[in-house]
Amino acid sequence: MKEWPILTTLMLLPVIGALLLAVLRGTDAAALKNARWIALWTTVVTFALSLILLNDFDHANPGFQFVEHRPWLSDTITYYVGVDGLSLPFVILTTFLMPLTILASWNSITVRVKEYMIAFLILEALMIGVFCALDLVLFYLFFEGGLIPMFIIIGVWGGPRRVYASFKFFLYTLLGSLFMLIAILVMYGMAGTTEIPALLKYDFPVNVQAWLWFAFLASFAVKLPMWPVHTWLPDAHVEAPTAGSVVLAAILLKMGGYGFIRFSLPMFPDASVQFAPLMLTLGVAAIIYTSLVAFAQKDMKKLIAYSSVAHMGFVTIGVFSGTEQGVQGAVFQMISHGIVSGALFLAVGVVYDRMHTREIAAYGGLADRMPIYAFFFMVFTMANVGLPGTSGFVGEFLTLMGTFEANTVAAFFACFGLILSAVYALTLYRKMIFGKLEKPSLATIKDMSPREIGIMAPLLILTIVLGFYPKPVLDMTSGSVKAMIEPYQKELQAKADTGAAAKSFAELENRR
Amino acid sequence: MLSDAFTKASTMFSTYAPIYPELFVVLAAFVLLMWGVYNRYPAGLSISIVAVGVLVGAMFLIARQPSVAQELFNGAFVDDGFARFMKILTLAGAALAILLSLDYMRRERILHFEYPVLILLATAGMMLTISANDLISLYLALELQSLALYVLAAFHRDQLRSTEAGLKYFILGILSSGLLLYGASLVYGYTGATNFARIAEVVQVSGASVGLVFGLVFILAGLAFKLAAVPFHMWTPDVYEGAPTPVTAFFATAAKMSAMAMLIRVVLTAFPDATQQWQQIIIAISVGSMALGAFAAIGQTNIKRLLGYSSIGHVGYALVGLAAAVPGGAAADGVSAVLIYLAIYLAMTAGAFACVLAMRNGRTTYSESISDLAGVSKEQPLFAFLFAMLLFSLAGIPPLAGFFAKLYVFSAAVQSQLYWLAIVGVVLSVISAYYYLRIVKVMYFDEKGETFQPIAPSVKITLGITAAFTLLFFLYPSPLKLAADAASRTFF
Repeated sequence: MKEWPILTTLMLLPVIGALLLAVLRGTDAAALKNARWIALWTTVVTFALSLILLNDFDHANPGFQFVEHRPWLSDTITYYVGVDGLSLPFVILTTFLMPLTILASWNSITVRVKEYMIAFLILEALMIGVFCALDLVLFYLFFEGGLIPMFIIIGVWGGPRRVYASFKFFLYTLLGSLFMLIAILVMYGMAGTTEIPALLKYDFPVNVQAWLWFAFLASFAVKLPMWPVHTWLPDAHVEAPTAGSVVLAAILLKMGGYGFIRFSLPMFPDASVQFAPLMLTLGVAAIIYTSLVAFAQKDMKKLIAYSSVAHMGFVTIGVFSGTEQGVQGAVFQMISHGIVSGALFLAVGVVYDRMHTREIAAYGGLADRMPIYAFFFMVFTMANVGLPGTSGFVGEFLTLMGTFEANTVAAFFACFGLILSAVYALTLYRKMIFGKLEKPSLATIKDMSPREIGIMAPLLILTIVLGFYPKPVLDMTSGSVKAMIEPYQKELQAKADTGAAAKSFAELENRR
Repeated sequence: MLSDAFTKASTMFSTYAPIYPELFVVLAAFVLLMWGVYNRYPAGLSISIVAVGVLVGAMFLIARQPSVAQELFNGAFVDDGFARFMKILTLAGAALAILLSLDYMRRERILHFEYPVLILLATAGMMLTISANDLISLYLALELQSLALYVLAAFHRDQLRSTEAGLKYFILGILSSGLLLYGASLVYGYTGATNFARIAEVVQVSGASVGLVFGLVFILAGLAFKLAAVPFHMWTPDVYEGAPTPVTAFFATAAKMSAMAMLIRVVLTAFPDATQQWQQIIIAISVGSMALGAFAAIGQTNIKRLLGYSSIGHVGYALVGLAAAVPGGAAADGVSAVLIYLAIYLAMTAGAFACVLAMRNGRTTYSESISDLAGVSKEQPLFAFLFAMLLFSLAGIPPLAGFFAKLYVFSAAVQSQLYWLAIVGVVLSVISAYYYLRIVKVMYFDEKGETFQPIAPSVKITLGITAAFTLLFFLYPSPLKLAADAASRTFF
């Protein structure tokens, strides 16, 4: 019996949901309700299917599983999908968050609900595709295809400066990715294939590696985003509707880190070793600089957006430490940040839906009237700070440990990020939640509804569970991460050997 | 006796088999002309519909041609895989242009029977230019095409804009024909031949002399004018804006196909040993066109003008593929990339013009202002969605067809080591994405403005076909790729 193409089904399900929505008629309340329910059910079913995927996944196998291979563009550019331990967590993260984002938009989106849900479902299909693609052209197609729905989401349902933010987001990301496209074409010309497993084994000439590496960097650095090309992110986050911010922070940013681990490290090990110091510097700069910037923000969403950039700095240094702990930590940090930052944006959304302002100064003393909210917000703030016992701690600790092994100075400076994140996150919490409830506008604010608790609770549970018991994720990723960093380690070893050889040769010369 | 004569006649006929499609179109044009002249009642609509049938029939005739290269008239006319591919594209463009005109011309009260006849004659001229394998036949066919196009541009004769467009196109057009003719005479003078294959032989033996290169430059200038490539593009925005919209669609689709086909055939069959010389010209034209298309369209408020500039840019991208089509580089892949680009460009552009024709805000008035599209996504969600997808495709965003078009030309450029050309191309394509996005922004982000009238069925059909092609191309891209590959092997 031929194996059931589960990954394709996973990508098709949201598309089918979107098509269903597209043929839905009417604009009355009943039709809107139907649209919401169709979207919710589609995402829930997709999530359930991804759990089957998780269940059938063989943890012992570091290679690609559930592989589907079909002719597409030509003999060498094919429809080729599969998952390994590196991509599976991201697929699950995507399918897990989507129902929550749909729920989060339940009442806050009132205009053009149908189109909104279609955009999200299409976006989901494309995001799953990014993590499953095993062909570079296919990867690129999904990677950049996501720009269209996100552009529409920010532009149609966004805040007052949405047009500026959506254009900046689109053009910034497009420019970065197109350099990657050229690099993909160069790789195709050299290796004669765009299949990722084949390219992972291909040795690119050293002088070309640097160019290719920079072209991929252009794309992933914008997407991650790394300082100094992060400026599109605060704008996009602030203007996007809550669910849009969640998807952006939790999943779209992770494509950058995923790309670094999947392509930059294993395909261009020589260039990676060569430019690792640069990346560590940029990562540390991002951690410290954007943490300080975050502290100065008056807008809640902007603060969390800058904190995202800082946390992605940890991902950068983790990946380019090139050690197993570092890369594992980077992956874990991305998953954890996906949950925590998603939750934080949702938490902002909760008060935004009530007050329609994101000014930190407009709040204060919420603990009085919103104790449940205060509790949830506290846990996520702590996770954002990286308190032990939350998932944030595991990721940051592992990346720092890995970085310490590779580069002590970078690790030393990155540690300041932990302190600084406590400074801005706790300040935000204090200003919003503590103090006296003095503002008249807040006098009648209501605590979280059961729907909102229902959205936040799974995120909270995951944050705590992964904080105490990160093993499932680490087990899943370890085999694939080892495979991805192997060329890098070899290159490093080779460099060290030649260095040692040169040194002993020099000593020999001296002795003579 | 009788049977003898019959056999003789039939062999004579079958000798001309390669040119049957052209003959069919020309004869049909004459018959339709007679029908229009001797009919007591205005028969524009029925003649137009029959003309679409004629064009589709010609496509079938071409598809039935044997898949070998055949020459006629001492090599002045050649029917090969490349010619068949390009002719089918041209015919498709012409058929879509007539389809688009049915409603528009009727409302503007200019649905005269001459219109489909002129389109057929122009199309016949285009088909002949595509097959022209000799400087003389090239020039004659080009003039047949151009003369019909001049009249078409001025077809709305009571409208100042249209007549101005026609006159402008005519004057600049004959100037470019003059350039071409001058170049042809120089080439003849230095090689003693007008046939492309003979010219190639002479160039191979004696090299490209300065005089010959001069001739080549003039020929390329003339062709670049027909193609509306920088620096011979000046007429494009005005003519595109002034001509009746379906005619503009015809200029932007079918006319580009034939001009590009001429250019490809001339440089690849007549000057394969002067690659160095023509490649740098093509690269310069290509970069200039891409840059102008990217920057000049930003400030436009008239959608036809914007699409005019956009078409200049797209010619630039297609030429990237031609610049890469050199031996030792991408060779056949470069030509194949151009062909794929043209096919996808044809669909996207025809679709975009269908969208322009859908912007009817009164019984006979059409809006051409981008700002009138404001908030159209609320009233006409399907139309807005399809238009947005066409625009994203024109910007080259995956997974739409326009992305694959760019993918192949850049791939060809990389194969030929034209890295910097590819990089310039992608940077300019980001800049051009801005103005396509701006239209999407007006449709989706802005508050509702004008309400458009219901879209005419013929426009709907055109939009449906082209948008479906653009949207779903990624699911099954291999047939076009295989066809283009087969066609491009003609030259290598």
